[in-house]
Amino acid sequence: MAEKPQPNAAMQVTVHSLYHAGRLKKIVLLAGLTLLLLAAIVHAVSSGSVPISVHDTVVVTAQGLQDVLAHLFPPFASVSIPPPDNPQAALIVFGFRFPRILLAILTGLSLAVAGTVMQGLLRNPLVSPFTLGLSSAASFGAAVAIVIGPAFLGTVFASTGDNVFIIFMAFLFGWLSMLLVYGISRSRGTSQSMLILAGVVIGYIFQAGVLGMKYISSNDRLRDLVVWLMGGMWGASWNAVIILTPLCLGCFILLERMSWDLNTLASGDDVAKSMGIDVERLRLTGLMIATFAASCCLAFTGIIGFIGLMAPHICRMLIGNDHRYLIPCSALLGASILLISDTVARTIASPVEIPVGIIMYLIGGFFFLFLILRGRGRGLY
Amino acid sequence: MELVLQDVTTAYGDKIALLNVSLKVTPGHIVALVGPNGSGKSTMIKTIATILKARSGTITIDGSDIYRIDPIDLASRIGYVPQQYTYTLYSTVFETVLLGRRPYIKWTVSEEELSRVQLALEEVDMAESAGRFMDQLSGGERQKVFIARALAQDPALYLFDEPTSALDIRHQLGVMATLKKITMEHKSSVVIALHDLNLAFRYADTVMILQNGAVAGLGKPKDVLDPDRIRAVYGVEIRIVENEFGQFLLPVHQSL
Repeated sequence: MAEKPQPNAAMQVTVHSLYHAGRLKKIVLLAGLTLLLLAAIVHAVSSGSVPISVHDTVVVTAQGLQDVLAHLFPPFASVSIPPPDNPQAALIVFGFRFPRILLAILTGLSLAVAGTVMQGLLRNPLVSPFTLGLSSAASFGAAVAIVIGPAFLGTVFASTGDNVFIIFMAFLFGWLSMLLVYGISRSRGTSQSMLILAGVVIGYIFQAGVLGMKYISSNDRLRDLVVWLMGGMWGASWNAVIILTPLCLGCFILLERMSWDLNTLASGDDVAKSMGIDVERLRLTGLMIATFAASCCLAFTGIIGFIGLMAPHICRMLIGNDHRYLIPCSALLGASILLISDTVARTIASPVEIPVGIIMYLIGGFFFLFLILRGRGRGLY
Repeated sequence: MELVLQDVTTAYGDKIALLNVSLKVTPGHIVALVGPNGSGKSTMIKTIATILKARSGTITIDGSDIYRIDPIDLASRIGYVPQQYTYTLYSTVFETVLLGRRPYIKWTVSEEELSRVQLALEEVDMAESAGRFMDQLSGGERQKVFIARALAQDPALYLFDEPTSALDIRHQLGVMATLKKITMEHKSSVVIALHDLNLAFRYADTVMILQNGAVAGLGKPKDVLDPDRIRAVYGVEIRIVENEFGQFLLPVHQSL
């Protein structure tokens, strides 16, 4: 194949047209998912215990944008925007709904992308932040902070107020668990099955810790812990959004840049190595970045399950295995699913809010059954 | 491209799998590695592919040490087809072959890359299956796709680890004929691990027999694959049978 390729014209149609047609389909799909997410955002802003009309939503959003822009470019201040019909609209939209919507988007995005990358790195369709022990470890960190944190830190804890210690512990344990899992699997060779097994086992050990914490906990603390373990967007605040946005987007970009290496890894470790990829380093850095993104979000939201497993699967079916498209697809779909679930959770029994996990696990559970039943014919299981 | 191995030793922990092996592969030649299970054929292929690191000895390509060549540059010169193939669900044939262009692709896929994929698929007679999913193919078709991936990589040296072991006799001959063609047309070299002594006998320019990781014979097929040596290495009696198609090795029974 040393000479310049000169395929005959009739045959050239196949690979070239397949590639271009596939690419077009993928771009259309990504555009469609972006629209879905935007629609979900508009719906989430306007629905809730106090309904806000679409008109008011647009008006207060425009006002908010104007405030920011006027700060940077004074001429914008002179643009007149009519006042909203509901005088409370600005407070509700900016004070409560937007932080919550953005937290749901960031969390859904991070968990879905983390799941996609973990599945790609370990070539296993059942891997997710849950199966690798991350969620259990983060739960344990949070449980320690909730149950024995106050006694341990006393006044310091009380003065930090805003659950900072819980967030920190959940993040720390979530992230450290992956180092632990990786370290254990490395000491026993480098097979992916060992890594997954180590993740499952570490998950159970942390689960034991969580049960222990529940057992020794006082009633008040137990309630806090149970609420945290159920997961939800209750912790939403502009602070959370401001902290998470750069972290999540940074991780997303770093992982997206690994796309071709992830694609190549699908051909097996040996082939990837022969293609010049440092497989061990790729696997370690990829897992660490994915875990970092997932832990950051879980720390604020509590345990949000299934999305890291479900979004990648749907996306693989929709868009194929090219991670250049698969990762953004998962990000958009994960964000949409979590945002829609959260909106349903807070409006279905309004003014009472039910945990988003209930909605998510139902969707996730039925999807999982569908996968198993459908997978039989495709040789998945 | 000239590949030279000098006293190469490779080990898995304490277990030495390849001991002081030396070999020279010149352009346009097919070197077949034969030997019983566990004799070090795969280890040798993986060592040359830098999947395993040699514990001692040197491996050079055109005079430069392979461990000093940039891995991506090396990947454009050596194409590896493993014994056990791996693919993921929802991968199509042409996407799998496109991965062979990985050393050349930065982010976007150019028209030339696609043309290379097309050519590689045509070379193994799989162009019409370009859009099919990998899990819809038969074992023989899949093997051809992986060979096409190596072809798309456009290397000067091909490493094949028992590419014919899962194939029926028709596909075995097809694969070997393809390898013969690429060495003839592109002056590429091939190092291939084979179980079938007759394929080695018929297609290889040089045969290396390995036994417990050490070289038990190296030279032209006719000189190396003789009944005495095969009895010593495999513990099998063979006869050399000649007919109008050439000479064949006929295993008779286990040595007593």
